[in-house]
Amino acid sequence: MTVGLFHYLAVSGLLFIAGILGVLLRRNVLVVFMSLELMLSASIVALIAFSRFNATPENPMMGGNVFVLFIIAIAACEVAVGLAIIVALWRRRQTVDLGELKGMKQ
Amino acid sequence: MVTDWLFFFFAALTVIAGFLVALSRSPVNAAMNMILSFIGMAGLFVLLETFFLAVLQVLVYAGAIVVLFLFIIMLIDPAKLPRPRMLPTFGSAIVAAGLTVGWFVVLQADTLVLPERVPAESFAGGQAPAATARVFGEVLFSQYLLPFEVAGVLLLIAMLGVIVISKNYRPATTRKEGGSV
Repeated sequence: MTVGLFHYLAVSGLLFIAGILGVLLRRNVLVVFMSLELMLSASIVALIAFSRFNATPENPMMGGNVFVLFIIAIAACEVAVGLAIIVALWRRRQTVDLGELKGMKQ
Repeated sequence: MVTDWLFFFFAALTVIAGFLVALSRSPVNAAMNMILSFIGMAGLFVLLETFFLAVLQVLVYAGAIVVLFLFIIMLIDPAKLPRPRMLPTFGSAIVAAGLTVGWFVVLQADTLVLPERVPAESFAGGQAPAATARVFGEVLFSQYLLPFEVAGVLLLIAMLGVIVISKNYRPATTRKEGGSV
């Protein structure tokens, strides 16, 4: 049995499902944020697998790999800004519990 | 073949550690499992012969991003973390099983969803498109020059935003509870 595109897509989908579970189940903002990163990484796996398996000598399909590069850059931005927001939230409210963050007043 | 076994090893590492991120009780354990999951993904990228992205994955994700997460976790008082309740295991198991079955149904309908040009033979035949950093440089500075510059500006904006967010800080005297920081 040869490992094909199917297997990589299966890994990507399972990783995405893990991220969905983390976002839906957890109350800690930090863990929810980590699960978001996991979902981004799952999309990265799918992109690289598609671009690798579709590549031919005439059409090397570099687009998927370049998109992965941009996704990594944007994920770095997102983590920086999101963690700054979480720290600001912690300074104001002294909590990272999603159940206690009920309004945007105060 | 040995690469098949390597694939299954890295795939199991990625998926199991990914689920442990969502299900572990403490955030520190979640961050450590996230490192494991990213390292497994880097192994998958090596098997896909995109070595440059594997290096980036280890450096940026498993290095910088997880270190940022750990730093913020250490900043936060663990006594005030949300009480780790019992996860609603039965419901979440049903949801996860349903999503998994749905995903595999979608994957099995390959003639509908996937084009015909993607069997494993094309992987063995073609040259690896993105093996080295040189290929990325050539593509990034010719075809994708404008998105590359925009990404640089985006990083600058994110940096300025973080400075603004964390500098504009008034002590929590206006809070009704009167708590101090």
